[in-house]
Amino acid sequence: MEDGRPGQTRRVDCDLLIVGGGFAGCGAAYEARYWGRDLKVVVAEKAAIERSGAVAQGLSAINCYMGMRWDENKPEDFVRYVRNDLMGLSREDLVYDVARHVDSTVHMFEEWGLPIFTDPQTGRYVREGRWQVMIHGESYKPLIAEATRKAASEVHERIMVTHLLPDARNPKRVAGAVGINVRDGSFWVFRAKAVIVAAAGASHIYRPRSAGEGAGRTWYPPWATGSAYALLIQMGAEMTQMENRLVVTRFKDGYGPVGAWFLLLKAVATNAAGEHFESTRLPELRERVGKYADAKPMPTCLRNHLMLQEINAGNGPILLHTERVLDTPEKVSIGWEDFLNMTIGQAVTWASQGIEPTETPSELILSEPYVMGSHAVCAGAWTSGPADVAPGAYQWKYNRMTTVEGLFGAGDTVGGSAHKFSSGSYTEGRLAAKAAVAYIQDHPEQPLVSEGAVEDLRQRLFSPLDRYQSRRGGVTAGTVSPDLLYPDQGLYRLEKIMDEYGGGVSANYITNAHLLERGLHHLAMLRTDLGEVAAKDLHQLQRSWELQHRLWTAEAVLRHTLFRQETRWPGYYYRSDFPKVDDEKWHCFVNSVYEPASGEWKVFSRPYQALF
Amino acid sequence: MPTYVLTSKCKGCMECVRICPSDIMHIDPEQGRAYNIEPPMCWECFACVKACPEAAIEVRGYADFAPLHHRVVPTRTADHIEWNIVMRSGATKQFVFPIRTTPWGSIRPPQESPPPSPEALRSELLSFEPDYLAVESLPTLPRPPAGGA
Repeated sequence: MEDGRPGQTRRVDCDLLIVGGGFAGCGAAYEARYWGRDLKVVVAEKAAIERSGAVAQGLSAINCYMGMRWDENKPEDFVRYVRNDLMGLSREDLVYDVARHVDSTVHMFEEWGLPIFTDPQTGRYVREGRWQVMIHGESYKPLIAEATRKAASEVHERIMVTHLLPDARNPKRVAGAVGINVRDGSFWVFRAKAVIVAAAGASHIYRPRSAGEGAGRTWYPPWATGSAYALLIQMGAEMTQMENRLVVTRFKDGYGPVGAWFLLLKAVATNAAGEHFESTRLPELRERVGKYADAKPMPTCLRNHLMLQEINAGNGPILLHTERVLDTPEKVSIGWEDFLNMTIGQAVTWASQGIEPTETPSELILSEPYVMGSHAVCAGAWTSGPADVAPGAYQWKYNRMTTVEGLFGAGDTVGGSAHKFSSGSYTEGRLAAKAAVAYIQDHPEQPLVSEGAVEDLRQRLFSPLDRYQSRRGGVTAGTVSPDLLYPDQGLYRLEKIMDEYGGGVSANYITNAHLLERGLHHLAMLRTDLGEVAAKDLHQLQRSWELQHRLWTAEAVLRHTLFRQETRWPGYYYRSDFPKVDDEKWHCFVNSVYEPASGEWKVFSRPYQALF
Repeated sequence: MPTYVLTSKCKGCMECVRICPSDIMHIDPEQGRAYNIEPPMCWECFACVKACPEAAIEVRGYADFAPLHHRVVPTRTADHIEWNIVMRSGATKQFVFPIRTTPWGSIRPPQESPPPSPEALRSELLSFEPDYLAVESLPTLPRPPAGGA
């Protein structure tokens, strides 16, 4: 015990610090060890790496695989697909880079022991769709974690990294990070020559549809708390596409995925009357989005949009006709396995509601919005691209380095780099780590950490525990206090603000400049109140800092959404004051920088440049 | 609630506490047994259910939308997982899926391969490429002209 704190200060000096041990972080650890044999490579993870990150539960498909060895796809084909799906706005150099390397990652996974469905006739992987291959992926994450444990010098678990540390001599260079061990309350200070942030995007920014204990059944995991963005924003890193939030079409309530049903099992969705609604709504869509309405395949957001229009017209529920396609025992097994491998809650939903998918269709719904960078959206940091193909304006020597020296990103952290999924995020971790090893070789000096700044952070990190101790006695029992806010109470307020002002479910995904300004006003008051946040134990202390990370993420989302005066991605959100796609003015990136010294945000545009 | 813990089976071994990605499986200091301290932050990911050596943890679907009386129970071994499901009607289903094709612990770490050359660090190739790409060489493109759109 030190100053009455629950724990003591622990110091780790290393060459490379990897924040987050999900797929991107695991890929980074593996690759860093390959290239940096003598480097001290440290992973800091909030949970336990065998079951952490977005793949904790497992997966039933790898959604990014080219199949170059069988001439199935070229990386350029993937760039064209992503270009369409993102309505013309992705960092194509980053997308291309993931695509050209991702096959080697998947082949490595197979060699390690991941069961990939293989066609006995052709010897090729079984395709779910053009880019997806089917796997028996219940143990996908423990398998990947095994390689990470062998590659990393140290893996420190149950560490919630709360802040990055700048170099005392150069605030635009990273020097390490601090965090809390949520088991023993120790305060961790990492010093590193380079840092890769491979942390998570965010659920629970917007109020979820299920508001009781079902709030846990968000599509992205509840432990994805926006650290990918908050850590970087607070360091002054440039961010991009933070307005590009994700809404997914899913089985209602259980949020079971639809990919295998649409692509592999060829199930169709209809309105309640059994009508196929997509084609009848195309003329309206062309009016709204122009050429993008006829992109093939139809962009994810536009498919959402058509379904939403159908629901708004009063023609719901939307039904996925599982009963029409499950005509063999093999298909029935594939249907159940799809959920049991990656969204067990959907199997629980079927069991509890007595839904036999061979007999009755299932309802589909649109989820609440999420902020992330590895699915059909690409929020995240503005990073350097690969030296050989990135346009000049998109590169500054080290691949995946942010605008902060020595600070790299991978996975949800990297903006503009959509459709990575598990295999692509791992691949991006590998790319970032190789570049980080080169950076460390070029910059061998250990950066300087200000001890004063570290002590200030230590005081701040543990202040919610002190506040609880000193103020708790003022009221009798319960959780209502005039001068304390508990993290769950703050989270409910954040979700309500974002839902109602930022285009969430209750607002039918609609917002406008007035609503966004009001939302920012309310977020500012929430930020002030978080100065009064209280934690009765270490678990609540973790939740307090998760809430801070979510708040930074939310603020970036609103500021970017306000700046982009168009509706680029209908089906993800709508600006009612600018309801159409406006390619003339807005076929560009919206970027932002928060200046830590002044507390000012700058939001601006950057030109989009096609790769070919 | 997702997860609930059977009093008769839990020995308080902490495996669920160690593995839970959401930090919500904790030990009740009075009973010395595990419980879910924050059901609205439970993803029903079953990490604790699979990790429990006593099969003491099960899941009851979220009360928001899951009627009572159902079970989804996994049994995970070194190379497969078995799922036993009890539907609301009482009907049962069983599924068995492979989880890994090699022995646990068998992955060769990257540092056991010959070290790469210093020049290779400055190339675009990742570890074991181009071999693991299973194509002749890493694809590249001519850099686009500056300012083009």
